[in-house]
Formats: sequence, C-alpha cells, structure tokens
Amino acid sequence: MTSGFAPVKFYQVGSFAVGNRLLGHAERTVQSDPGRTNALTSGHRACQGCGEALAARYVLDAAMAATGGRMIAVNATGCLEVFSTPYPESSWRVAWLHSLFGNAPAVGAGVAAALRAKGHDDVRVVAQAGDGGTVDIGFGCLSGMFERNDDVLFVCYDNQGYMNTGVQRSSATPPAARTATTEAVGPAPGNPFGQGKDLPRLAVAHGIPYVATATVADLHDLEHKVHQAMARTGARYLHVLVPCPLGWGTAPNETVRLARLAKESGLFPVFEAEHGEVTAASPIRHRVPVEDYLRPQSRFRHLFEPDRRSDVIGRLQAMADANVTRYGLL
Amino acid sequence: MLRQLEGSRAVAEAVAACRPEVVCAYPISPQTHIIEAVGALVKSGTLAPCEFVNVESEFAAMSVCIGAAAAGARTYTATASQGLLFMIEAVYNAAGLGLPTVMTVANRALGAPINIWNDHSDAMSVRDAGWVQLFAETNQEAADLHVQAFRLAEELSLPVMVNMDGFVLTHAFEAVDVPAQDAVDAFLPPYLPRQVLDPGDPVTIGAMVGPEAFEEVRYLGHLRQLQALDRIPEIASEFAEAFGRASGGLVRPYRSEDADTVVLSMGSLLGTVKEAVDVCRGRGTRVGAVGVTTFRPFPGHAVVDALASARRVVVVEKALSPGLGGVLATDVAAALSGTGVAVHDVVAGLGGRPVTEASLVQLLETAAAGELGRLTFLDLDRSLVDGELARMAAARRSGPTAENLLRDLRVVGGRWA
Repeated sequence: MTSGFAPVKFYQVGSFAVGNRLLGHAERTVQSDPGRTNALTSGHRACQGCGEALAARYVLDAAMAATGGRMIAVNATGCLEVFSTPYPESSWRVAWLHSLFGNAPAVGAGVAAALRAKGHDDVRVVAQAGDGGTVDIGFGCLSGMFERNDDVLFVCYDNQGYMNTGVQRSSATPPAARTATTEAVGPAPGNPFGQGKDLPRLAVAHGIPYVATATVADLHDLEHKVHQAMARTGARYLHVLVPCPLGWGTAPNETVRLARLAKESGLFPVFEAEHGEVTAASPIRHRVPVEDYLRPQSRFRHLFEPDRRSDVIGRLQAMADANVTRYGLL
Repeated sequence: MLRQLEGSRAVAEAVAACRPEVVCAYPISPQTHIIEAVGALVKSGTLAPCEFVNVESEFAAMSVCIGAAAAGARTYTATASQGLLFMIEAVYNAAGLGLPTVMTVANRALGAPINIWNDHSDAMSVRDAGWVQLFAETNQEAADLHVQAFRLAEELSLPVMVNMDGFVLTHAFEAVDVPAQDAVDAFLPPYLPRQVLDPGDPVTIGAMVGPEAFEEVRYLGHLRQLQALDRIPEIASEFAEAFGRASGGLVRPYRSEDADTVVLSMGSLLGTVKEAVDVCRGRGTRVGAVGVTTFRPFPGHAVVDALASARRVVVVEKALSPGLGGVLATDVAAALSGTGVAVHDVVAGLGGRPVTEASLVQLLETAAAGELGRLTFLDLDRSLVDGELARMAAARRSGPTAENLLRDLRVVGGRWA
C-alpha cells in the first residue's frame, strides 16, 4: 500500500452493528438500498473523512425514503453549504434552498407555511445546519420555530466548532478543546469549563413533539430517528454528532470510531424525547474512560503533553459520569 | 367606494385583496396596525388560503418570506425603523435570490437616540439592497401602490418595498377607495415563480458563487431594476385605466412646467410642499414641485425631464447621510450633472419634527432669491446645538448628549436636582 494512506479494512471492527445481510428487508438501512436518493451525491468538496457529509446523506436519504421523495431541504451557511455548491456545481439531488447562516429554521418555517397555504400537504421540510448555525447564530430563529411548532425537522450536524472559517470556538465546543479562538496556551488551555449550550436539552424544554440525538457511528439508530421524526408533524429536532478530522485533529478513517467513543464514554448521550420528556436512551455497550475518546484528538493533546493534566481529564470524566446518571446510560 | 379609513387599515385591505398566501410579521411601531388588521383578516377566514406567521424577530419575518417565496407562495410582510435594520441581512438576501416579496415600511427614524416618529432614515439604509423602493404620498396611493407592487415584484422576480410615512400616513384617517377584489383579481395574475422548490423537479437555490460569475449575477439584478424603470410607469397607467385614478409611476410634477425653483421631495411631505408652492405662486414667485414616487430604481431621466425649466432644485428630504448631506439630493445632483442646475440639500423633519408650510414658504423664497446655501438643516435650533458644543468644550465628561439637550429644553430635570 502507498505510505500515507491507512490500510483498507474489509470488515467492521469494534462495531456492534448487525450486518444488513442478516436482517429482513424491512430492517435494512436506507443506505443499503441501491435505489436510495443519494441526496448529497459524489463530487462535493468535503474533507476526507468528513462526518457531516456522511451524516447529511444518511439523514436526507432516510427522510426521502420516509416521505416517498416528497421533501424539500433548507440549508444554513456553513461547511455543508460551501462544499456542496461551489459554482457552477451542486451535489444536491433534492430540492434545496440556502439563504443565510442564522435563518435556516425561519426559512424552513416559510417553506412549510407556503406548502400548507398551497395545499401541498404531502411535501415535508427538513432544515439543516452545523452547530454554529444551530446553537449560536441560528438559535433565535430555531427557538421561534420550536415555539410555534412549525412543521419542520431541524437537523444539527454538530462538529463542535466553526470549522468552515478555520476551527473557531462555538457554544457547542467542549471544555478544554483547543480551537483557533481558545488556543492551548496559558494556565487554562483550551475552551473554558462552565460555558456552552446543551441544545438537545433546550429543545426538550420547548416541549416539541420529538427530539433525538444520534451519532454518525450508528447508521441504524440515526435512520430510525429520522423515520421517527418524519412520522410526526410539528417541530422536530435531531442533533447528530459528526467528528471533523480538520477541527478535531484526527485521522480521516477515525471519524466513525470517534463518534462511537463519544457515545460509549458518556460524553455524548444518545437519547429520544417526546413533548418535553425523555423517553428513551441508548445504553452504553462497553463503557470506556473519556481518555480513550480524548487521546486520539489533537485538540485535546495539551491534556496529555508535555504533562498529563489529570485534573482536566477528571473534570471531563465527571461530565461523562453526570450524563450516565442523568440519562441512565448503563 | 370611498370610505373613511386609517391608512394602516386601507393598506391591510389592499394587501388582502392581493391574496398573499404567506404573511409574517413582527410588531414594531408604527407598522403594528397594518399587521394586526391583516392578521385578523386571516384569522377570520376572510383572507384564505393564507398562513399568518407570528415570528420572533424581523430577521425571521424576512426569512420566512424567503422560504415561502422560494416554495412558490405570494408573500408579504411589514416593518419599520430598527426592524428593517434587524432584518437587513435577509433584505439583501431576498433581492440576491430574486424572490418577489412585497414589504411595507412604515417609515420611522433610526436610533440612537431612540425615536418612534417619522423620517426616511430606515428606507435609505437599504437603498443599495436591490429592492424596488416606492414612496406613497397619500393613504390612497399607499393602498394602490401595494397592488402595483405585487404585479411588479412577481413579473420581474424582484422584491418591492412600499414606503409610507409612519404615523403621518399609517395612523391618519382619511377617505380611501380600497381597490376592489374583482378589480385586483383582474389586474394581478397568479404568481408564477421563475424558480421554485419542487420535489418533482429538484433545483438548488442559493448556491455559492465565486468571482467567476458574481459580477454577472449582480449585473442581472441591476438589469431587473432597469426593467422596473420601464415597467413602473406602464403598470401605473394600466392601474389608472383599471381603477380610474393616478397612483404610482416614477415622478409627479406639480406646477413645475415654468418654474425657476423646484422643490423635490418624497412621501407625505409633498402635501405641505404643494401648499407652500401655491402660497409662493400667489406671491408671484415661480416655484414648483416634483414628487419622487420611485426612489429605486432611481428615475434619473424622469427627474431631469421634470426639471427641464428649473434653474435650481431644492431637495427637501427626511434623511441625512452624516458627513455628506442629503441622500436623495446626492442622486438628484448626479442625474443633473452637466445641466448647470444648482442642487440645494435641505434636511428636514428628522425624527418626526413637523415640516410646516411657513418654514417651506420661507425656504422657497430664500431659494428663489438665490440666497440658499448648499446644505440646510430646516428649523435647526442653533442655540441648543451651541449649548452642547460649549458643554463639550468646557469639560471632557460632558455626559450623554441626548439627555443634555432634553435638560436644556427642560423636558427632563437637572441631573443633580
């Protein structure tokens, strides 16, 4: 093999996923269907190993399957928009609208209102953004969309920072993580503790019909949640953790493994909620210490080099432990 | 049929007659009565099918319009002042995407200092956004302009802003003949979008455009504005034929054919201007007026034609570009360059200050006598300004200007009292 490229693996390793061939047709993933939409098709300009590109195709293909292809997508400004529509090309095979960074929830609400007024009741709306367009600049519009119970599924692809503009800190950036605006310098390197916004819980607090979190590591779970969301009407929210090799400082072939470790460590709780109440949580299958998740990411390198920062690692472990307790993950 | 109506009510009924399918609004004075009335028409089922969306901000209001227009619906919203500033990113976006929303702006001053009264600062702040900007002189014209606005917007895939003076028009009761439903239906065909979000024929709207084509996209937007320059008078004359009255168009002259000195202005101020012109004419002073109904696209040729006999133009406007002077005046000066006609900027009526007939008559007589300066602030209280300048010269920590002036006017008590 050529040096610089990771060895090709032909079998899933370290996964608990059941192979599609062992499942009945009804249980197989949309992705395993050769007739899937490929909503985000090949030729886009995402980085190698981009978790967001993977998740966006998973989510929109599942939504297209759930709606029989009667779906319109609205996209916030960000990586996903930039890498998918460089003039004069588009990687979208669905009806797709991009307006601004902070208004995707309102634009989605507008599309939904138009469809209702025009009697196109069978057409559904999915709006999507990164964490910046969701938890920060888009939050006002998102809260309004939730509060009005607009008939939109809003999907946040959370890579925990402003990766499109060069890896700056967002309010979804975890504590201690190095970003370009929370450098790994000074006595408290990286992003401060005690800050940040837990958007899935804020979404639950709005009392909307459906809220779910998922990671790009578990395709069956992610597709299941898209189907659950599309089976309901009103405001729905799906928060998908999508590792970013560029921003996290990880190898492109580590994206899925890191998403799985985020869940298995307890740092990223995977759960569902309906009408303000948490109804289900995905249990941790093999619990790992947060260190296993942090160590492969160069944005946390300052926790291990030149001196081990057991105090900081301990605080992150305490956050994972709190999630385990809150959602009953064990 | 003429009815005694509040301006906001007349506009709401005219908008409803246009059968918008999605209306969204966030309340701000002095726009509130318009959206309240439209909202009630939707809620009662009088205006149907229509979705009325109570949004959480003006930014969301314009964003909902963008989504709805891209999905093929006829869309409407209204705002004013700070609200227009808050939605400005989406205002540019709607024009850039070529989505034909119609928006009423109930013109109001911009803070700070916060001020809810009328001037044109809000509309001027978005003059380069790519929207058509029309200014109503009366409530009748405000109502009529909305019918024309939907026609123009949807023909050209261009958003149109109908400006009407806050309070002066929005809250004034006068006789208005609201365009009748059957006549509007005959005048305004259903919206046929150039681009639409359709799962059966999927397109990408809002793609990124780099240096390869950005200038071309902008040039096409400019061309649409130039097309509007042709279509606006045509639509106005079709409207006159269908509804039996003149509303809209590019510019409207008043006793200007043989005038040496012509006042040029926009909005409801024109009523007082015309009365001042009559007074001066009665004294034998050869003055006239030209109302600018269409501010964007700027009707330079129409302005020059209307000023054919003028030796000097006095642009009286309710806006200021600090460090420059008038905004409309700058455009007028550019249109008149090389003609030898002198242009005088007069900034008047900021923050709702009344522009009186007496002040205008005096202004016109001064101008006609050749004694008016290049830039005038009408009815400026010089002693109030000098007091604050003296305070600032005397002490570094002279305090907040607005409060200082109000104390000088004895509107508020002394700071230490």
